[in-house]
Order: sequence, then C-alpha cells, then structure tokens
Amino acid sequence: MKTFTYERVNTPVEAAAAAARTPGAKFLAGGTNLLDLMKLEIEAPPHIIDIGKIGLDKIESTPAGGLLIGALVNNTDLAAHSIVRRDYGLLSRALLAGASGQLRNKATTAGNLLQRTRCPYFYDTNQLCNKRVPGSGCAAIAGFSRQLGIIGTSNACIATYPGDMAVAMRALDATVETVNAKGAKRALSLDRFYRLPGQTPHLETILEKNELITAVLLPPPVGGVHIYHKVRDRASYAFALVSVAAIIQKNGSGRVAVGGIAPRPWRVEGAESLLPSGAKAFAAQLLTGARPTKENEYKLALVERTVAAVLNEANH
Amino acid sequence: MKFETPAGINPIDKQTVIGKPTDRIEGPLKTTGTAKYAYEHNDVVSNPAYGYVVGAAIAKGRIKSIDQTKAKAAPGVLAIVTAASAGPLKPGQFYVDKLLAGPDIDHYHQAVAVVVAETFEQARAAASLLKISYTKTKGAFDLAAAKDSAPVPKQGQFGPPPQTNVGDFGGAFASAPVKLDETYTTPDQTHAMMEPHATIARWDGDKLTCWSSIQQINWGVRDIATVLGIPKENIRLISTFIGGGFGGKGTVLSDIIAASLAARAAGRPVKVALPRPLIMNNTTHRPATIQRIRIGATPDGTITAIGHENWSGNLPGGRPESSTASTRLLYAGANRFTQLRLAVLDLAEGNAMRAPGEATGMMALEIAMDEMAEKLKMDPVAFRLKNDTQEDPEKPGRKFSTRKLVECLQTGATKFGWSKRQTQPGTVREGQWLIGMGVASAIRGAPVMKSAARVRLSREGIVTVETDMTDIGTGSYTIIGQTAAEMMGVSLDKVVVTLGDSTFPESPGSGGQWGAASATSGVYAACVKLREAVANSLGVHIEDAEFVGGQVLAGNRSHPLGDAAKAAELVVTDEMTYGTLSREYAQDTFGAHFVEVGVNSYTGEVRVRRMVAICHAGRVLNPKTARSQVIGAMTMGVGAALMEELVVDKHVGFFVNHDLAGYEVPVHADIPHQEVILLEDIDPTMSPMKAKGIGELGMVGVAAAVANAVYNATGIRVRDYPITLDKLIDKLSING
Repeated sequence: MKTFTYERVNTPVEAAAAAARTPGAKFLAGGTNLLDLMKLEIEAPPHIIDIGKIGLDKIESTPAGGLLIGALVNNTDLAAHSIVRRDYGLLSRALLAGASGQLRNKATTAGNLLQRTRCPYFYDTNQLCNKRVPGSGCAAIAGFSRQLGIIGTSNACIATYPGDMAVAMRALDATVETVNAKGAKRALSLDRFYRLPGQTPHLETILEKNELITAVLLPPPVGGVHIYHKVRDRASYAFALVSVAAIIQKNGSGRVAVGGIAPRPWRVEGAESLLPSGAKAFAAQLLTGARPTKENEYKLALVERTVAAVLNEANH
Repeated sequence: MKFETPAGINPIDKQTVIGKPTDRIEGPLKTTGTAKYAYEHNDVVSNPAYGYVVGAAIAKGRIKSIDQTKAKAAPGVLAIVTAASAGPLKPGQFYVDKLLAGPDIDHYHQAVAVVVAETFEQARAAASLLKISYTKTKGAFDLAAAKDSAPVPKQGQFGPPPQTNVGDFGGAFASAPVKLDETYTTPDQTHAMMEPHATIARWDGDKLTCWSSIQQINWGVRDIATVLGIPKENIRLISTFIGGGFGGKGTVLSDIIAASLAARAAGRPVKVALPRPLIMNNTTHRPATIQRIRIGATPDGTITAIGHENWSGNLPGGRPESSTASTRLLYAGANRFTQLRLAVLDLAEGNAMRAPGEATGMMALEIAMDEMAEKLKMDPVAFRLKNDTQEDPEKPGRKFSTRKLVECLQTGATKFGWSKRQTQPGTVREGQWLIGMGVASAIRGAPVMKSAARVRLSREGIVTVETDMTDIGTGSYTIIGQTAAEMMGVSLDKVVVTLGDSTFPESPGSGGQWGAASATSGVYAACVKLREAVANSLGVHIEDAEFVGGQVLAGNRSHPLGDAAKAAELVVTDEMTYGTLSREYAQDTFGAHFVEVGVNSYTGEVRVRRMVAICHAGRVLNPKTARSQVIGAMTMGVGAALMEELVVDKHVGFFVNHDLAGYEVPVHADIPHQEVILLEDIDPTMSPMKAKGIGELGMVGVAAAVANAVYNATGIRVRDYPITLDKLIDKLSING
C-alpha cells in the first residue's frame, strides 16, 4: 500500500470539492473493495476522502411514487427495507445473492455501483492489464477467461462488471444522482452510466472527475414477478458466471438484465418484446454481436438457459 | 517400548475416557481467540520487525538485476535479503523447491527477496519498490503436452512402487469379455487452509528459535538445519496451534527461511506471514493428474484385469502424485498393472495434500468402477461387493489386519436408501432439478510411526504430557489427553497436554493419517513406564496395581495417585517403536460414501443434497473429533468434485486464480447434512491403542461418489474434474 493522506468531510459538496483539490483522490465509503485494491497497489490514491459522515444514508419514497436510495445506505439495510422487499423484490434478492453478510453490512449503494472487475489478471500486478495500466496489454484474452465477458468487450479488455445490485437496478430503470464541487447536480440513467471498454478500459463510468454519487432513484414500481437467478460454481459467496434479473408480467412481457457477461449490466430493451416467444429468441437478440472466447462461449448457452429457467419459474 | 506382536487386553480397552465423544480440551482457547497461532506469539518477542516476501514475477528464467535503491530508502526499512546476500542455501530434505531463489527462477512467485521493516505496512510498501529485472526463458507448463515423454520415476520415500505387475495384465485385459478403457483428469489443487504460512524467528547468538505453523516438528528442525547449514542442536521450533495444514505445511517453506534470514540480517526478531495471493504459486500444491484406467471382467462381474496408469508433473527432483496406490489393494483381480509417470513442469512444487495419491487416484478409479458396473448391468454396490478381497491382491496370503469394506457398503446402502436409486440415469426429476445417487468405496493406508512422549506426575495428581506432536485442528490435544487419562486412571481434567515444541520428545507429527494412532501410542508407552514408576514409588507390585478414579488400588489398599510424587515429581520418557506387523498384514482403513445430488436441468448447477459416510478406521479414540475429521474431509471431497481447480495459464506459466476469491472451496450453503457412521474396528495389529487414522480416509472416494451421482441424475459422464456446469449444459436436456 502506498502512503496516502486522509481527510473526513461533512457534506457531499465538500467531498467533491476535496476531490477537486487533489488529483487522483478517492472517496472512501464502505471500503470493501477499495482497501483490498490498495493493499495490492492496484489502486494507489495519494489522498482518501472519507465520506462516512456526510449523511446520504436514508431510503425515502418520492412524491412521484418512486424510491430514493442514499448513496451510503448499506447493502444489508437496503435489502431488508420494507418498501424494497414489497415493491422492488428484485433488488433485495440481487443484494442478498452477493458477497457475505459481513460485507453487505459495510458495502454501500454507491460503492457497489463502482466496484471494480474481478478479472484475475487485473488483480495480479505482474500481469498485463489495460484496465490497470492503460496500454500495457491484456493477458486475459489468451489466458484464463472462463469467468470473463462475452459481449460489449473489446480487444483491449474482456473484463466484466462483477456486481449483482446494479444488474437489478438496470432492470428497474434506476437513475444515478450526483453532485460536483460547485454543487451542480446530474441525473444519469443507469443504461448509460457504465462505459464500454473500447481502447480505454480504465475509464469505467461517465462520472466526471470529482463528481460524487449522492443517490440512486428507482421509478415507481411496475409489479410483476421479480426473479434474480445467479448462476455460480458454489452456492454462495462467489461472483456470477451469469446472473439474470427479471421482472415478468402476467401477460408474458417483461424486462431482463443480465450480469456476469459484459463490462456493465447487459440489457437490450429492444430484445424484450421477444420474451413471450421464449428464451431462445430473446437470448439470440440480447447476445447479438457477442464475441466469446473458447473458454467462455458456454455463457451463450447459459444465458439462454438461465432465462428459460427464470421464465419457467415465473410461470409457476 | 517395542510393539512386535498383536496387542492383548490393556488399560485402553476399558474405554472409560478413550472412545468418548469428549469436547476438545483446547476448544475454549479457540472459541475465545486465545489459542496462540504462529504469528501471534507477541509475548515472546519484544520489538519484532516485519518481513515481506517478494515472489518472482516470471515463471522461468533469471534475475538480471535487483535495484534496491528506492526500497532501501523507504521509511522504516531495516534490511533486504536476497539469495545473493543470504549466502549458500540448500533445499530441504522433503521439498525440493529453493526457498529463496536467485539468480535462477524455477517457478512463478518463487521467493526472491525479503524486505524487513519496522512495520508490516512499511515492509509491504518497500517491497513494491524493489526493481527486479528478469530474463525470461521458455518453460513447460502443460501436463498433457509433456505426458508422452514423461519417464517412470524412481521409487520415492513415500508412495507406491512406480510400477507393479502381477500376473499377465495385458493378456487378461485383451481377452476379457467386458472391459473399460477410459482416461480421467484431475486438476492442480491448493490446500486453502485458513491460517497462512507464518513464522516468527529470533536469534540468540547462534541459537535460532522459530514459532511457525508446521505439521512435522522433527522434519522442520531437520530442514531448517539443512537449508541454513546450522546444527540441529541450535534450533528450537514451536508450533502450538496450526490453523489447518492439509499437508501444505509438512515442513519448512519460504516463510521460515525468510524470517530466519531476515532476523539475522536485521539483528532483531522478525515476523513473516505469506500473503494469501502468494501462497498458491509459492508453496506446494496437489498436482494435476491424467489417469488411464483399464478394467476387464467376466460377465458375472468378476474382475480379471485391472490397470491404472498415472501421469503428473513436478519440478526436477520432485515426487509423483501416486494415484495408483489404492488400486493395488482395493479390489480382487488376478492380473494387475500400475504405473506412475512423471514429467518436469515449471510450476510450483507438487506435494502432499490430504490423502495424496489416494484422493486423486480414487477420483478416477471409482468413476471407472461405476462405468464398469453399468457395462456389466450390475448395481454399483453389488459390483464392488463381488470384488472384495480379504487378502492383499498383489500378495496372496497376506491378510488385511481388518477389512470391513463389505459392511461399509452394505451399512451405507441401508442408511442412505440406496435401493431407491433408479438404474436408468436422468429419470428422477423434482421441478427444475434432476436427482441422482452415487456411491464410492474408500481406502487409505493406516501407517503408524515411531513416536515418543514424556509424562510427568505431580504430587497433586496432575499428569502432564509433553510431545512434539502437533494439532492442525484435528483434536490431538484431546485424544492425547484421553490416552493419558485412561492409562493413569484419572479424569481428563487432571491431564495437561503440551504439544508442538522441539524440546519435547519426538513424534512423527501430523501427516499421512498417521498422527493420532502414532502419537497416542507414544503416550501409551510413556504412561506404561509412569505406571511402573508410580507402583515403585508406592511400594506396590505393578501386576497388582489398578489405576482408577485418581487412585492406585493394590490389594485392599488405595493410594491417591499424587502420593507417588510426594517426594518429587515423577518424570519418565518412552517411545513406541514397531516390529514387522505392518509387513505381515495389510493395514488399511476403509469406507463407503453415498451422495445424492440435484442438477439444475436448465443451468447445470450441481448441488449436493445428502451425504452418508461409513468409516472403518480402527478404534475410534474420540467419536466427536473423528466425526469432525470426516465431515471436513467430505467437504473437501465436494470441493474436489465440483469447484476446486488451480487454473494453469499455459502462456504465462502460473496458477491464475491464486486467491480465495478465485479458488473456490465449498461454503456452508454447499454442504447439506452429513451423516457419519463409524464402524467398530479394534485392530490389535496396529499398536496397543488398536487405532488407525481417519482424517484422510474421509475424503477418499467422495468426489467420485458425487461424479457418479451427477451421472445418475443426468446421464452425462464427466471424466474431467471439477464437474462444473459448463461441462454439462451442452448435453443437458431441459425437458428430460
């Protein structure tokens, strides 16, 4: 771990302002991902801004019937919240499918959105990785890629977004709210929040420098059956090979976002009209343009079959 | 005491303390966090410095240069040790790996430097400032590619002969009416114990004390002496508690050498713990195997030919994975052939991991038996029963000392409800899940080794045991305490057990499933001597003396035991040594595993639903700790079946998933209720304890039972472990 300086701030705008003062500074919330990365020197920020005391820890209903989730609400509280469980069961299930009880107690809503890939080559600083060291190359593409991305990837990077929460939020049409050092606010819909890697896989979101996430807004609930099916090699405490977040209505229409296959939660709204025709047609459309490796081409079938499992479950 | 003829009745047979499911006597220390592990002996070293081990960044080649300028100038840095500054270092006598390498690099993450600083954080930060330039050379990382040119290795210190031939295997197999010839593969695996390798080293002049996490104290002292080139007498090694080892901490690894050299260079005690991501490529692992099995039988299911060939790789001079061991003994068959082949691979050293050889070999053999049963249209249990043997099939006339494989299979079949298994695979469905049942036999050798102990009796009647035996989480403290209590006729709370110190009499330590049976026999020998000393002190004849309830009864008189130590503490030392019974008899442990799995017909996810293990493993010294050993081993077997694999990157030349996020082992949610049944087995040919080991037996066969259950559920035969869903879904029918 590189030596760093540390400060604690009291408001969101102060946090953004503090970040503006020190290039490369990082916000510290739950720290469940950042501290691990710092110990391995994958992240080496010169300055840490502790945002643990700036509030943003409430879950509130909005006048329009939606739900505003503070950036620092922890995963445990969010998953257990009565409105979340009643109206956004998908989110609760996705959260509880991730990490462990101890991690969920610390991990925050904003931090979870920004967690970094689990590509093993990203994690080993001796290996080539364009995400960790831009322009250095990618050892994963010709290496062990069973866990890695099949779509939205590039010849510079095939890493996936590893989380569960954002996959559910993508299906729920969530919006990310932010503030900058001048107090200006933005609302970024989750469908454009994550960048695809292209030749710049180290740039992962459209957040601007010094911009702080303050909340996630969920639109009013849409009903339907909420299913989060996370497929992995062990039953708990593992990242998804494929995860499917689905909201299926009685008439067979629905929304489906998929995790574990792309640099961001993968949802193609245009494919969803095919859901009533079944998983095969839907998955074919969803995965158009996929470029799997030999080691992860099984994910093409796995996506289709997991969607089929979810549709089967929704009909029972 | 020398054990040369089968044991008669002795005080252990009373089983008033032995054989009881006693809670661990060291349990409260562990549950309260007060059991001290290697890195935690903060009371014995004041002002320690911290060493951080730097691993090679390449798989094979040479260090061109190490620029230490920035690292040396970093805050808190006290010393930097490299092979160039350390002076000559030899390999140890068990592991072949160089524990501090340079300039030649033999494998990825081989230790190349130790950075010593005032704090752990300073050492770690400075370590990243070392600028090491390498010249890479081409290495061999692909077992399949190296297989055909791999020679038959020399006979090693452990493991079966590299090649065995009985009868005419080739002819018998060729002419067998029913035959199987299949190849199975098992991956590299890592021990993934909770406690990382860790050592505190302190020099007092030329005397070295190491507090370390190491399973065999005697090997550890020998290997520190060998590697550093110092006399054994100058070394004290202490390993009070071990947070899991599974064979991965057999003897000296890089942490001990790094700490010792660093402490010498810094002139202060030094603490070193290997960072988790370093452990998989730096230390030892269970090597991958390719196994070819051929079985020939007559239509009634009688095996006439059985052949097992195994290929594995290792660093030059390393040992083979002896997967053929079980096949030599498990089933009858007049014509037999086994062969080991060993390739040179430039990966980390392959070595012992829980049931080395047996665990891997049975992963293959017991699938082959399932496949063969199907070819014969026989029930897999019935096929195994048909081929049981009561004598060593390689040496007719040499009996097994005890062998209840048949009872294990039959008892397990009844308990598990095997009769409900559908012969036709893929026919049982519950919602999205296909359900299947699988069985496998288990066999594991039952070695006993020379072991010594010292016992002390105080005037308060407290019996203290001292031996360098270790407790790797197995319950050694408790069973050794139970042994002394039974022998001296006292309750367990009157016994103090002290372990894991090289100043104590020598045991063989924990490994090879020999620890419990060997160490308790050493304690037995010492206690026999103490009983004589007590009788002598009390002026009674030992033949008349009965040790019970803290009293010594002789004739119509009763003496409190402590009275024998009224004048002075009684202290005796003895060891148990062995004659030829282990050659006269085949001494093994046996078992059977029954598993039910569900396979999601959509996604191919496999979940274990039920497990039953039957074990036949000598006298059970403590049913609770024995059961804990078995359920832990069963869990490891599930890991081997379904998820554990160190993935080799054949371009870069290393194990890619080298942390506990990437290398998955089972979590609680993966493990259903596990039933363990311990069959009675008092084996007088073993030792006066009449006991055998059980910690490795519990793992052997489990993975194959899972694999066979997956086949029964789906009709898909996977011969390449682990059985992950990507190996199933392209053949799995969603609608049945």
